[in-house]
Amino acid sequence: MNTSIKIGGLDLKNPVMTASGTFGYGPEFEDFIDINRLGGIVVKGTTLNHREGNAYPRMAETPSGMLNAVGLQNKGVAQFCNDIYPNIKHYNTNILVNVSGSTVDEYVETARMINDLEHIPGIELNISCPNVKEGGMAFGTSCPSAVAVTHAVREVYKKTMIVKLSPNVTNIAEIAKAVESVGADGVSLINTMLAMAINAETRKSVLSTITGGLSGPAIKPIALRMVWQVAQEVKIPIVGMGGIMNATDAIEFLLAGASAIR
Amino acid sequence: MSANHNQPKKRSELLKVLQNRKINKDYYVLEVESPASTADILPGQFVEILVKDTRNAFLRRPISIYNVNTDRNSFELLIQIVGEGTQLLSELKVGDSVDIMYPLGKTFTLETKGKKALLVGGGVGVAPLLFLSRKLKDNGVDVHILLGGRGSDNIIEVDNFENYASIYISTDDGSKGEKGFVTQHSVMQNMDFDMIYSCGPDPMMRAVAKLANEQNINCEVSLENMMACGIGACLCCVTETTSGHQCVCTDGPVFNTKVLKWN
Ligand SMILES: Cc1cc2nc3c(=O)[nH]c(=O)nc-3n(C[C@H](O)[C@H](O)[C@H](O)COP(=O)(O)OP(=O)(O)OC[C@H]3O[C@@H](n4cnc5c(N)ncnc54)[C@H](O)[C@@H]3O)c2cc1C
Ligand SMILES: Cc1cc2nc3c(=O)[nH]c(=O)nc-3n(C[C@H](O)[C@H](O)[C@H](O)COP(=O)(O)O)c2cc1C
Ligand code: FES
Repeated sequence: MNTSIKIGGLDLKNPVMTASGTFGYGPEFEDFIDINRLGGIVVKGTTLNHREGNAYPRMAETPSGMLNAVGLQNKGVAQFCNDIYPNIKHYNTNILVNVSGSTVDEYVETARMINDLEHIPGIELNISCPNVKEGGMAFGTSCPSAVAVTHAVREVYKKTMIVKLSPNVTNIAEIAKAVESVGADGVSLINTMLAMAINAETRKSVLSTITGGLSGPAIKPIALRMVWQVAQEVKIPIVGMGGIMNATDAIEFLLAGASAIR
Repeated sequence: MSANHNQPKKRSELLKVLQNRKINKDYYVLEVESPASTADILPGQFVEILVKDTRNAFLRRPISIYNVNTDRNSFELLIQIVGEGTQLLSELKVGDSVDIMYPLGKTFTLETKGKKALLVGGGVGVAPLLFLSRKLKDNGVDVHILLGGRGSDNIIEVDNFENYASIYISTDDGSKGEKGFVTQHSVMQNMDFDMIYSCGPDPMMRAVAKLANEQNINCEVSLENMMACGIGACLCCVTETTSGHQCVCTDGPVFNTKVLKWN
């Protein structure tokens, strides 16, 4: 069966990709799976400058899911280009870099540097990270700011650009339409849901940041609903994610209107 | 991002339960058989076990490797029941199969012939110290172990440790061995050791590390941070070190206390 699909200029040999932040950079999984069989991998959130991320504890398990508040820990885009990229560029799959920032300029500078990397055919613009103080999700929760950052990055980034949407909004289809209108080649959804876990014994939040992002099977019904809503409104391909654990889950996303899944 | 090419290859497999031995109502030893040799497993390494049939224990459970039996390609885990995951695993029967990812993490630095080492374990924290004592004894190290716990029910597997080390015991309530915290035990008042290894509750390891540092003795601890992936991908399990946030699952779980920002 031919399962290949196309997003912008990007050809995926099959619709299965990995989600940013859950798959590291790839080498972590080399012992377990053949990375080259994946349609694509999206590497960990990358920002202009080094970020230490939030304090421990930054993870909590909840029924059928988990909360995380990693806070985009990464060594910055320059280190990615110099130290990580040379070790992963040989993978025979599409490597997308998840790009994040606190200001529009940071997004633009980061995207500009990645544009120069020959073996990176695309980026995923993360305007939906709930775990950073400035920027991140703030860009993805209103149409004007989502448009501003997508438009600015489009000016400097010439390859495939997928915009990753936040579920923490009242009308996700509206945001999807807005980023489509300024040149997004595709949208991916959903990032994590803003959530909280409390330890009744200590009477405190389990996470150092108090709130975090919920992922896993717990959010699958929400993700499906949002993929379906967005599919009614946009023509660009949709990459669906949120709690996909097996093939049946994946098929459900494709039925809701996604072209590719994580 | 650390693909450890000098470390044993990590694998994720369905392993067969050879034994599930109950120690008392809180602790048990689970032995599983690997399809391949277990000779490359190092002391201090751990596994991630998938718990079936539960929505609560959704993530794999990290558990230290307690012992390795190369003659029958198996390894053992010493587990304390603290919640649903560890409860369900305690119900596994001989012949059942269980999905385990192993071996994960870095090993302890092994002292060499003629040296004297003290191991300090608190509660189920003794788990990684048995295989360590064995390897140290093989190396010709003079091994001493202090087993600590709240009460006598928390002092477990003493017979097993006796094969490799001189034993000292302390309990908070005095029901076995000396009464008090491990750091108040007489063996820790005369510190003529070349190396101290410790695993147990966080406050205990910090107190042991403080004593060791005061006496300029090298000290390694095995941390038990909450984990999700166990292989360095999600960055959930970090601890603060002199070189920033490091993953307990891949940069550890064993750390020299000099690099930990514990103060
Ligand atoms: C590297 C490593 C090695 C470990 N080795 C062993 C071992 O050899 N034997 C053993 O019995 N346990 C070990 N643990 C702890 C073990 O992973 C937890 O006890 C287990 O995951 C609890 O699962 P549960 O579903 O039974 O309990 P849950 O319902 O998840 O939790 C019950 C209680 O245990 C606490 N808890 C959960 N995870 C941890 C943790 N990582 N550290 C401290 N407290 C926790 C929770 O806060 C809660 O109060 C290790 C942990 C790590 C990170
Ligand atoms: C530990 C962790 C870290 C994450 N880091 C990022 C990130 O850096 N950038 C990003 O866009 N999404 C990040 N996400 C969100 C995921 O990419 C994905 O959108 C979300 O987890 C929902 O999918 P899932 O339920 O299949 O995990 C992270 C998720 C987790 C669990
Ligand atoms: S548990 Fe995922 S990085 Fe350590």
